[in-house]
Amino acid sequence: MNPVDLLGNDPGWLIAAKGGLVFAVCVLLTLMAVWGERRIVGRMQQRLGPNRVGPFGLVQALADGVKLALKEDLIPKAADRVVFVIAPVISAATCFMSFAVIPLTGKVTMFGHETVMQLTDLPVGVLYILAVASVGVYGIVLAGWSSGSTYPLLGGLRSSAQVISYEVAMGLSLVAVFIYSGSMSTSKIVAAQDHWWFAVTLFPSFVIYAISMVGETNRAPFDLAEAEGELVGGFHTEYSSLKFALFFLAEYVNIVAVSALATTLFLGGYHAFPGLGFTESWLGGWFTVVWFFIKVIGFFFIFVWLRGTLPRLRYDQFMQFGWKILIPASLLWIMVVSTLRVMSQRGEPPAVIAAFTFGVVLIILFASSALDNAKKKRLAEFEEVDAPKPSFPVPSIPSTHELSQGN
Amino acid sequence: MSDNFLEPAGRKDLGLTAAANSNKPLTAEDKKESSFIKQLLGFWITFITQFKKVTTVQYPEVKEPTAERFHGRHQLNRYDDGLEKCIGCELCAWACPADAIMVEGAANTDEERFSPGERYGKVYQINYLRCVFCGLCIEACPTRALTMTNEYELADSSREKLIFEKDDLLGPLRQGMIPAPHPMYPEKDHIAYYRGEVTGSHPSQAPSGEGK
Repeated sequence: MNPVDLLGNDPGWLIAAKGGLVFAVCVLLTLMAVWGERRIVGRMQQRLGPNRVGPFGLVQALADGVKLALKEDLIPKAADRVVFVIAPVISAATCFMSFAVIPLTGKVTMFGHETVMQLTDLPVGVLYILAVASVGVYGIVLAGWSSGSTYPLLGGLRSSAQVISYEVAMGLSLVAVFIYSGSMSTSKIVAAQDHWWFAVTLFPSFVIYAISMVGETNRAPFDLAEAEGELVGGFHTEYSSLKFALFFLAEYVNIVAVSALATTLFLGGYHAFPGLGFTESWLGGWFTVVWFFIKVIGFFFIFVWLRGTLPRLRYDQFMQFGWKILIPASLLWIMVVSTLRVMSQRGEPPAVIAAFTFGVVLIILFASSALDNAKKKRLAEFEEVDAPKPSFPVPSIPSTHELSQGN
Repeated sequence: MSDNFLEPAGRKDLGLTAAANSNKPLTAEDKKESSFIKQLLGFWITFITQFKKVTTVQYPEVKEPTAERFHGRHQLNRYDDGLEKCIGCELCAWACPADAIMVEGAANTDEERFSPGERYGKVYQINYLRCVFCGLCIEACPTRALTMTNEYELADSSREKLIFEKDDLLGPLRQGMIPAPHPMYPEKDHIAYYRGEVTGSHPSQAPSGEGK
């Protein structure tokens, strides 16, 4: 039986139980993620990170949550009260919603029912995730707007521009996956990666998705929406107490969600690593959730690593990167992929396919070298421009060499 | 303890000193934007740093010794027989740029003697909410009555608790010291005290010797 049939037989109480489980997993992962991130970033900066609350500081995030809940809940006078309250709810709720279509395990037995650990399996599951993620942006935009203050507004606007730009690239990077798996349902995409992960066969798509998912989640180095050096706290400057906690929760659930999506679409989801010989019968069932979370945690580590390494991008550079590099690159890649796909479906001889691939590589190399040359030429022209010599005598500009000779 | 407290042991010079001292002029090579591969090296640095020894000191449990001459809490010293060195001259209070010290001197009498010589500090307060630990009071003190310890844990819960009285500031009674007030060492005057000729207490200085 395929996952869709299995899910169709689920009684209502099982769906409710699964929903509760998914929610619990999300919250638990968030708590662990906050702790893990702070510890890892700490080690990257040669410090320890939180180690006071509980063993190894494990319950630090929980303690922070309690502290946030006990704080005074402020609503600024200039704020639009209704929207101000709804915004964090939208932000957090949508993050959880995207988890509904992600398959966490293969076939398992749950309370005597044979099913899969997946809340629902839509035929357009991935589009659903993209849609929900876009709605999540409303949380940020509305939060920025309803705060009635300058910095949150700027943060919210930045965030909307950012997410829209990067969602285009993200959506485009997924097209290749749809073409190769022949489906938009998450379970079928996972099933299509039985032999080869899409991260290998569709490597450029994977790279583009990985970059745009960082932009999508407003994480360093793309955390322009809450650039604390420029915008105080960005869109959540005016938020406190539980509402702030919701944004915090949303950010981390979002990270886990895009990581889970990346795992599902590119790393074979809950399947074991290829070449290890794990099958459904041996260490299948509930054990598959381990594979899934190993991959998700791997992605999370990369998120943390990026944050620990890269400085924040300037806004215009960020936009340029999105629109001038990521989107054209993924458009080009889609064209190549679809051509290859059509060719192989028509049964063209391998020589033709190889020739086509070779031609594409040649064109790309030629174009990039031409671009490089043009850039060099422009720079050379720029250097040749010299200010006209003044008609009066001026002192020579001392070089650093001459200056140090004087000492 | 290492020789230099400001420089943790085993710390490597990052080449900054050499770069600062070199007379090499900036060339076009230095200004050139680093390549993409070079930028990726940053990832390697953060990755290996994870496995390096952390420099964090687990403070309340582990306390690193301060520098030897660290400016910490003050102490009012005593002579070796237990008489106080403070003569109530208020020079420390006058020297204080933060107006943190309040001294009230009083005259010693033969019945109640706290310090050798004429006068002693009757009231001595240091307000640690004002003190900037500059050490000018220590420089001003003519009898070395006031010095600083290395103690730095001075946080407390109220303003009142951070005004230290004379009792809080007086140094501990060491072997052979008798708490003031008591008479001076027999046949020694305050100049002898000042010269360090009194190296311990005399039996006649003890309260029982006076029949009190």
